[in-house]
Order: sequence, then C-alpha cells, then structure tokens
Amino acid sequence: MAIQGFKNHPYIPNSVVEVQEEMLKEIGLNNLEELHAEIPEEIKLKENMNLPKAFKSEYELRRYMEGLLSKNKSCKDYLNFLGAGCWQHYVPAVCDEINSRGEFLTAYGGEPYNDFGRFQTLFEYQSLVAELVDMDVVNVPTMDWAQAAATAVRMAARMTGRKEALVPKSIDTERYLVMKNYCSPDIKFIEVNYDEKTGQLNLNDLKEKISDKTACVYIENPSFLGFIEDHGREIAHIAHAVDALSVVGVDPSSLGVLTPPSQYGADIICGDLQPLGMHMNYGGGQAGFMATRDEEKFVMEFPSRLFGIAKTSVEGEYGFSDVAYDRTSFGHLREGGKEYVGTQSALWGITAGVYLSLMGPTGMWELGQTIMQNSQYAIKRLDQIKGVKGSKFDTVNFKEFAVDFNETGKTVEEINKKLLDKGIFGGKDLSKDFPQLGESALYCVTEIHTKDDIDRLVSAIAEVVES
Amino acid sequence: MKRIDRSLKVRTGFHQAKWDEPIIFELSKKGERGVLVPQADDEITKEVGDGVSKISSSMLRKEAVNLPEISQSRVLRHYVRLSQETLGADVNIEIGQGTCTVKYSPKVNEQLGKLPGMAEIHPLQDESTVQGMLEIIYETDLAMREISGMDRFSFQPSGGSQAIMAMASLVRAYHEANGEVDQRDEIITTIYSHPSDAAAPALKGYKIIYIHPDKDGYPDYEAFKSVVSEKTAAFFVANPEDTGVYNTKVQEFTELVHKNGGLCCYDQANANGLLGVTRAKEAGFDMCHFNLHKTFSTPHGCGGPATGAVGVTKELEKFMPAPLIDFDGEKYYLNYDVPNSIGKIRSFNGVAPVIMKAYAWIRSLGAEGLYEVAKIAVLNNNYMFKKLMELDCVDAPYIEGKQRIEQVRYTLEKLAKDTGVTTGDIQRRMMDFGMHYWCSHHPYYIPEPMTLEPTETPSKEDLDEYIETLKYIFNEAYETPDKFENAPFASSCHQVDESNMDDPEKWAITWRSYLKKYTEK
Amino acid sequence: MKRIGLIVNPIAGMGGRVGLKGTDGVVDKARALGAFPQAPNRAISALKALMEIKDHIEIVTYFGEMGENEAKECGFKIKVISTIKDRESNQQDTIEAAKRILEEKVDLLLFAGGDGTARDIYNAVGENLAVVGIPAGVKIHSAVYASSPKKAGELALLYLKRNVSKVKEVEVMDIDEDAFRKGIVNTRLYGYLKIPYDPKFLQGKKSGSIMNDEGAQRAIALDVINHMKEDVLYIIGPGSTTRPIMQALGLRYTLLGVDLICNRKVVKNDLTEKELLKEISDKVCKLIITPIGGQGYLFGRGNQQISSEVIKKVGKENIIVIASNHKIRELSGKHFLVDTGDEEFDISLRGYVRVTTGYREQIVYKID
Repeated sequence: MAIQGFKNHPYIPNSVVEVQEEMLKEIGLNNLEELHAEIPEEIKLKENMNLPKAFKSEYELRRYMEGLLSKNKSCKDYLNFLGAGCWQHYVPAVCDEINSRGEFLTAYGGEPYNDFGRFQTLFEYQSLVAELVDMDVVNVPTMDWAQAAATAVRMAARMTGRKEALVPKSIDTERYLVMKNYCSPDIKFIEVNYDEKTGQLNLNDLKEKISDKTACVYIENPSFLGFIEDHGREIAHIAHAVDALSVVGVDPSSLGVLTPPSQYGADIICGDLQPLGMHMNYGGGQAGFMATRDEEKFVMEFPSRLFGIAKTSVEGEYGFSDVAYDRTSFGHLREGGKEYVGTQSALWGITAGVYLSLMGPTGMWELGQTIMQNSQYAIKRLDQIKGVKGSKFDTVNFKEFAVDFNETGKTVEEINKKLLDKGIFGGKDLSKDFPQLGESALYCVTEIHTKDDIDRLVSAIAEVVES
Repeated sequence: MKRIDRSLKVRTGFHQAKWDEPIIFELSKKGERGVLVPQADDEITKEVGDGVSKISSSMLRKEAVNLPEISQSRVLRHYVRLSQETLGADVNIEIGQGTCTVKYSPKVNEQLGKLPGMAEIHPLQDESTVQGMLEIIYETDLAMREISGMDRFSFQPSGGSQAIMAMASLVRAYHEANGEVDQRDEIITTIYSHPSDAAAPALKGYKIIYIHPDKDGYPDYEAFKSVVSEKTAAFFVANPEDTGVYNTKVQEFTELVHKNGGLCCYDQANANGLLGVTRAKEAGFDMCHFNLHKTFSTPHGCGGPATGAVGVTKELEKFMPAPLIDFDGEKYYLNYDVPNSIGKIRSFNGVAPVIMKAYAWIRSLGAEGLYEVAKIAVLNNNYMFKKLMELDCVDAPYIEGKQRIEQVRYTLEKLAKDTGVTTGDIQRRMMDFGMHYWCSHHPYYIPEPMTLEPTETPSKEDLDEYIETLKYIFNEAYETPDKFENAPFASSCHQVDESNMDDPEKWAITWRSYLKKYTEK
Repeated sequence: MKRIGLIVNPIAGMGGRVGLKGTDGVVDKARALGAFPQAPNRAISALKALMEIKDHIEIVTYFGEMGENEAKECGFKIKVISTIKDRESNQQDTIEAAKRILEEKVDLLLFAGGDGTARDIYNAVGENLAVVGIPAGVKIHSAVYASSPKKAGELALLYLKRNVSKVKEVEVMDIDEDAFRKGIVNTRLYGYLKIPYDPKFLQGKKSGSIMNDEGAQRAIALDVINHMKEDVLYIIGPGSTTRPIMQALGLRYTLLGVDLICNRKVVKNDLTEKELLKEISDKVCKLIITPIGGQGYLFGRGNQQISSEVIKKVGKENIIVIASNHKIRELSGKHFLVDTGDEEFDISLRGYVRVTTGYREQIVYKID
C-alpha cells in the first residue's frame, strides 16, 4: 500500500498503533485499509495526496503561519480610513475575552440543557439589539448585512405576495450583488435615483417607480455613501400607501445618536453587527441582524432561529427555546422560495451582546457623538485642500463621506497609491461602482481616529494633490 | 484518604455549572459603565461643535438607548458564568452531535487568529498589503483541489447551507449559459442527504425530487433512473449520507445524470472519513463543498462564523462568485475576471480567519495526517458501532454487517417499545453525565434515532466512556423508566416548558417583549 | 381544571389472544375459549401517565369497566354520566357514551379499544373533538391509536399541558371482520378523527422550515392546482389529503367519496364506478389519489369506485399521486400497494411513481 498515515499525531489520540490494533481486533478487521472496504476500488486514491509535508512541531507551524500573517500590513501598522461595510472601531477587551472562551467558541447545536449559557446569551443579544433598534423581535444573526437585507426582501415578498423591490442607487455594489443572487430568480430589483446634490433619495422617482407590484422599499440609513437620509418617514409613507413594506438597513453604531428606523415607519430593520465588537478580520467579522415588530405575520416569515424565554418545570427558573419553530406559512408557497437556515454567525451575535452591555446608553451616545465630531472635522479640514471637496453631498454624514477629488486632476487610484507610500490606507475608490461621482473616495472616520491621525491624513492628501 | 475508584467509567457525580444568572438587564445600576469611549479632541470640539446638533430633528434620537448600565467586571462575570453553562467541545467528549463533525479545534490556530496580521486587516486594503492573507487563501484553494480533485475553490460561502445555495446558483448559471434553464427545472436529491440539499435549490426556484433508500439504505437506483431526464438540472447528494452508509454505486448515478445533461453536486459535509481515501472527482462530481468548520477543524462558535468552501471543475470556473484569488508568479491578487459569475455570495472574501485556521490545520497534518484523520474517524465510528450493536436495545437499519463511514444513525425503537423511554428522554438524561446527544434527525424515517459521530478526536478511553454512559442509561431505562420523566437533574436548567413558544400572545423573543407580556399587565 | 372523557371498550382485544382476529360479534366464543379483558389494564397504563396533573383534571366517563373502574383505581376525580350496571356494555354503549361525553364539552377524549371502537367513536364524535386512542384491540389499523398505552397517556398529557395544541386528522380504518376471518383483507376508510400531535418531534433544528401536515397538504393542493389544465377532467379520490384541493378551488366535495371536476368546477360529486366510467368515457382525464395512511394502498382500499376499468381508461401516465411527507414516513418504508381485484392489471401498475409531497416537491416511491 502506497498510502501512509501519520502515527502518534497529537490531534489524533488513536493514531497510536497499539491502540489501533486493539480496536481493529475488537471489530474483527486486520488493518485500517479494510475500514473502507465499502468504497469501490476504482475510485480510491492509490497514493498519498500531493500536499505540503506536515510541520514537525507546533512551533514550526506557528513560526510559518506567523511569517505569512506578518506579510500583511495591518491597520495597526498603517493609518486606516477604509470602511465601506467593514469598519474599524475599538474592540473592548472583554469582547475578545468572552468570544475566546472555549465553551462558547466550540459549542454548536446543543439543547438548552447543556448549552443553557448559549441560549441565554443569544436571547440577551436579541434583547440588547432590540433596544438599539426599538423593536421587539430580533433574530439570531445571519451571515452579514447583505444576507439580512436579502432575507428581509424575501420576507416582504412573501408577506405581500409581490415580486419587486425598490433599492436606492446609492446602495453598496457588493451588498447589492449578494442580494440579487439570493433573491433570483424570484424577485426583480428596481433602482431609485438619488439627488445629486444631497444624496437624498429622489422621492419623485420613488413615486414613479413604486406600484402595486412593489413588495418593499429598501433604503440604508446612514447610506452607503455616508450621508444621513432625512426622509425616512416620507419614504415609509410612500411604501405603505401601496401596501408595500418599508425595509431599512442600518449601521448599528449610529443608533446611539440617530433615530431608529422603527420610529420613522420601518417594518423590517437589518444591518451588520461588525461595528459592535468585531475585529475587521479581512471581512470575516460581518454578521447580519434583522428586527421586526412582535406581530405573528412578521415572526412567521423569519427563516432564522428566534430564541424565546420560557418557563421550566421548576418555579423560579427561566429556560429558553425556539419560538415558533414550525414556521411555515402559506405565503412561503406563493412566492415559491422557502428559505434555509444553517450555521451563520452566532459567535458574533454573542460578542455584539457583550459590546452593548459594556457600552450602555452613555457609551452608545458618546460613540455616535465622537464619530460625528471626528468625521465632521475631517470633512472640514479636507475641504480646505485646494481642489478637494470634503464631502460630495451637502448633507450631514455619519462616519463615512464621499471625498470629491475631481478638481485635483488626479485619480483616486494615484492618490491612494501615494498615501499607501506614506503608510495610509485611503478611502475606497468609488470610481468603478459610482462612475457618476467621478474621482471620489469613501472615507471612514470613527472614534479610533485622533486629531493627529486626521491631521496626518489631511496633510498627506494635501501633499499628494498639490505635488 | 481513599483513592477514588474509577472502574465505572460513568461520571455519576457530574453537575453542570448553574449560576442562576439574571438576565443582563436585571444587572443594570444607573450610572455604572462597562467601558469608556474615546472622546473627540477638545480642539475638534472647538472646531466643529458637539457634532450631533447638526443632525436634523427628525433623525436625532430622542431618548437614550435603553441598554443596561453595568460596570466592567460585572459584565465580564455575567458572560463568563454563562459560558460555563455551555457545553462546548472543549469540555465534553463530543460524539453526540452526529452529522455535525465536531472535532478538536487546535488552540494554536486560535492564537494565530488574534494576530494583527489577521484580526486587524481590512478587506479593501491594497493587494500589496495583504499578500500573506491572499497566499493563505490561494494555498488553501490548492490543498482543497488536491483533496477533492476539483479545479477551483471559492471560500465566500459562510456555511454549509450557503455553500449549497452557491452550488444551486452555479447550476442555474450553467444551464442558463446553455440556454436550458427553463427546460431543466428539477433537482434530484435523496432522503438521507442533508435537508439543505433540497431547501437551498428550492430557494433558487427548483422543483425537488427525493429518492428513497432501497432496503440496504443505498439511494434506490431504479427509482433514480425513473426520474432522471432532460428536465434534470442537477443531482445533489451527500455520500456517505447521514446514516453513515456510503453509496457504492455513486459513479452509476453521476454517469446517468451526465448522460442526461445534468450536473452532479456533492455535499461533502460528511467528508471527514474520506480524506485521502476517495474524492469528488473520481466519483464523477462536477462540484462539491466542504465545511471548514466541520471537517477542517475550525470551531463551530455556537453556530458560526463558518465557511462552506465550494469547488468546481474547470468547465464551471467561469461561473464562480468573484473575485477568485490568483497568483501570477510574483504576487497574489483578487481576480475579478470571471465572465459568467453568479455574483457574490457573501460580502468581501468570506470569513478569512476560518480559512486561515483550516489552512493551519491542513499544514499541521499534511497528506499523511489527513489520511490518518479519515482512517481513525472511521475506526472510531466502527468501534462504537460494534460495541453498541452488541446491546439488545440498539439497532441500526441498513447494510447489515458492513462498515459505516463517518457516523451511524442508530435506532432505539426496541428500547422505546420495551421501556417507554424514548430517544428524547435519553437525550435529556445524557446531559446528567456531561454528554451531548442529539436526536432531532431529519427526515425522521428511522424511528427513535440516535446519530453518533465520534470523528478522529476522542481516544479509545473517551469512546468507552461515552458507550459506558449510554449503557448505564439504557439499564436505567429498563430498571427505573420513571426516572426519565423529569431528567435532566444535573443540568443548568430543568425541563423547558415550551407551551408558550407557538403562541404569539405569549412568546417573548426579547426581554422588553417579556416585560410587556408578563409584568406590565 | 381540564376535563377528559374516558371510554374503555372492555371486550376489545379478547379475540386476539384466542386467535379470533377481532372480537366483533364473537365475544361469547372468545370468553368460552378463555379470553379475558385486555382493555382495562391498558387504559390504566395510559391513565398513569396523567398522574402529574391528577389534581387538575376531571375524568368524565361511563359506568363500571367502561371507564369508572379504571379511573377510580388511579384515584382521579370522576364524573360518571351513566350508571347502568345490571348488564354488560355493548357497541351501542360506546357510541352513546361518546355522544354524551361530547355534550359534556371535555377537552379531550381518551378511549381504549381496537379498530371497531375507533369506528364507533368516529360515528359519535366525528371531527368535533380531539381524541387519543389507547391500543387494546386485536386489529389496530387506525393511526388514531398511539404506539403503546403509555404513549397514549403521554400524548394526552402533552396536549392538556400545552396551551396551544396541535391536532391532525387521521384515518379511521376498519376491515370487515367476517371477511378477515376468512383470510380476505377488506379495509375500508371510515372517516377521520382528530388526534393531538407533537410538532416538536417533526422539527429539524438545523434545517429550517419543515411543514406541519396541514401546511403540507395545502402546499400539495397548490402544486396540483397550478398544474391543472383546461378542459381536462380530474377525478379527485377520497381522503383528507385531496380535500384541500377542493377547498382551495372553493368546490363542494365528498370526503369519503370520489368527485369529478373540470375547469375548476364540479362535474359531479360522489360518483359510483359506473357513473365515473360514463362521465370520462372518451375524454382526457387525470386521476388524483392519495395512499391510505399507515398501509399504503393506492387502489382497492377506500376507493373501490376507482376500479381497474376506470384506471385503464384514465391511463397510468395520468395518475397523480399525492401524500404528505408525514404520511410517507408513517409507511415506515413499506411500498405502495394496489389491489383492484384484477391481478394482471395490478402487476402492470407496479414500478416507480412520482408522489407530490409539497409545493414543487416530489418523491419517487415504489408500487408493489
């Protein structure tokens, strides 16, 4: 036999030959090969796979992997102004402490009897996010904002029996691609224009495009391009007037200072939990959430798990379980797509719960305020550079803003390259996804940026565009 | 002091942590704070004011968020206690969550995940600054190609079901390109494949046709033959299926589908027992998916974040989600040149830390180690199988006398008939000994099911402890069946009364909703 | 306080022990052969499962061994609504008892017996009351019976403890005992009773939405209706699985009979074989049928109107089989059966058939 196994491997206790022999004897086999007697010979591999040799020790593995990862320039090494769906915030130490607990880290699908803590923590997560969005129902996290938004659209389609969804033209292209794939072939998306000057959704265009075929109007607030959409209430009214739903995607780090969409008519809220205690992880920190009112018609459309608080057989004890597990309404059928649920992002939900517990009302207010101040300061300073417009839109922004470089005669690509040389990650180049904005870049300024950081950026950009 | 007798391998003295921890809101004390937030520099305040007064009145939040106010150590303690009330794989002999492949997640990989070069990189950084990350993804792709025989992988899907959805999207795109998307509207799967193999394609608008097993537990080939046609878009199947039975005729199935112009999609959620033994390619599949959080050891995290890596043959590469990660001989780069791409499955490039940890795991084992994983997983499984089948009250339908691969779906029908104690009762009682045991097994064709999947992680002693515990409990069922009614006794909570869970008036999905429904009236 | 009706058919099960295949009409013979009552002990086993809510329930029952004795032995609070004691109970008593219990507005009716008893209960209460059968008879074909007396008690307990209770309809079957004794199986679909069920057991926590039986039946109906063609006749076989089709179309239907529709309108209800043959004579026609629960008979049980002649006219390719997954699961792997009385024709029907189990969802199943 040309295939070799790896004996006495620390991850495989029974790779000890003597133990194997004892166990084989117990089951009446002569060797390990016989274990796969059921697999037809012609589809069995005849030699070991062609993979790099295993490291001989944990130390060597660690050395090698650390070497690979240290090739990356992290946002600790460089000054980062990238956002666009993945944002650099401060992650309180307790968040990492809790999500590194082996008990949480390695749990999975147990019952409330052995995974009681997991159930309570996720119930608490739901409850904490519920306060943030001021709604009574929140789900166990989905994959990311895009998945949450796509699911919200599908829920709306099922509830209304309609197959069109309106989205703003200012939507994130990446997110939109995920939504389109997830909703195809059932749902058609129609884009609504925004006002060139303010970025605000063009309400006339909305009124023109909305009809009795519209399942929902999806907007984002703050928008992908960073500005605050002031017409949430009007948009919800327009949707409701044709019996469509109002769906709002939101950055939860804004909700300490911004009105939650539920208070301006949103029926379903969705968004990403990443800003609430997750490191950027090269985009691996995303996790989506959804929230609705506590009405049966909404709850029955959630494809995700919803943990509820329950009695137990003992007085004075809370238990937890799945709410309405048997969740299939007639609506599912009409639309033709019943959704699936599976492993999503529970650990990030737990972490977001820890984050909100730490922040409290004051923390969330202060977070919003610091972000508003820092980003306004950055816009103001950038505005002072010749040829640069700090913010493309004449609207108040939260955290992100489209910096207009059109008058500099330089492309964003050039500028970002030069910034990189200075140890700065400039904002996301918008010229591909938003050609109508010309040479603009989406900058993200949060509570982690100091005045010095912003000043450093401003002088670097000034240097680059004036050179 | 007398030495404790360990000859009985059952932990009769076990009790899980029970802290009686209040709901987080109940810990709130006005004025307490868990963390201080960075404030804007005074000069910034001087320059732009308080920042928030620029927000229009309609958009300025009127009331502070009703979050609890708790100091840091109390927040920490609360969550540490709740973690102790959770039975992760780190603290129990993880065999009872059959089909979930819960194995050891090496700690070194976790530590690597905390490095700034992993945790603190932004997905939109210039390629030149994430060469290490891209190299890891690219190298993992190469390893997956070798393990499966496929030609290209995407790591965007972030879970098994999402991976199956991606495969269904690929099937659609393929037939669309061939102008056959309307004609081919049927997906064939089997009863014992994972339910997502039906649910995800259904989401993509497909009609689903299920094949039942024959008397040996193999998908019934004759039944299969009767439905494969020019309407067949694809065949989605797990092998081994969740019964642990490996379909030895799998090639005949894939050949027949190909002959009729359909595609074959391999759900490799149960691949653990096959690493280095047999591959998707040789069995005739056009695409497959692996769960990195199962077979490739990354932790389950209470249900994600995770990754369902999707691999395809050369022919289907052009339909993959963009970007793919490529290497031009000098540098790694994001390749958006995927002409017929299905678009995106997830934001950015998937759950990067999971890919990194899976890669580290592969590198710690090499080809010989992966082969050892498969062999020992199957050895462990068949050892348990042998030991449990010796018990009168345990049976396992199908392929009598032959080996199972990654898991076995047993039936406790006899135990239930003899004693009235059901698999659900056993589940609750197992918790009194610190063991998982999961009995919610779709599609419920096997009565009183018990699905055990040891993987390569437990030692022989661990397996024996699990088996001895089951035996101990089965004996109890015969001797004191009444005992099961109120089990568990040593858990963090007692039997949950689920009567309110289906009642809109009474369910409470959040604490605020609980307060409204139960205390304000 | 919850109220439970209790009816024990004391002679149920006596025939089996002495090889009589049922007790209907032969109780004296059974006694002479040394049979003794099975049902009382079985009823007690079931009642024991209710001990934990003993103080919160009242048992409404009939005299002596029809329930009073059993309930007393377990120490329950009892209301006896008939006290005739000077004679042995009979079939009429079972029916009468069930009717009286229905009038008492109980939450649930527990009864111990066999298929004959289920038939009597059905005649008395129909679908107006949730029931749980304690298996005590010789013939147990009806799914109304739990798998064991203890299970019956547990199911009742679950139902009574829950504030929101789910029920499903199950077939009441019976076979002609005279024929059965002569070796001829002649099962009839008698009607439907409502029994509680535990949806939790049907849930796959990893897999998301799994339909309850009622939802599945509506999904099947929607699928069937979506595929209906103009000017084609549709024969709608009997049963609760086909009923939602008629309901969704807003048509009058015969639950236990055969209906004929065309262009979403009723052509005729409750047709005999002769009428069917006449109506479909030379027209394009499709046949929608569902197997008998627990047994799997597609033809020859409960739908004898759809004779081999009718099926031949319709054509094998025009048979649409529908069944919920739950129903398929309850066959525990047994194949579909056909027994039209025309053996040669039965053989020609063998092979694989697609069964619609949901909206755009089918399984492939074997006919033997």
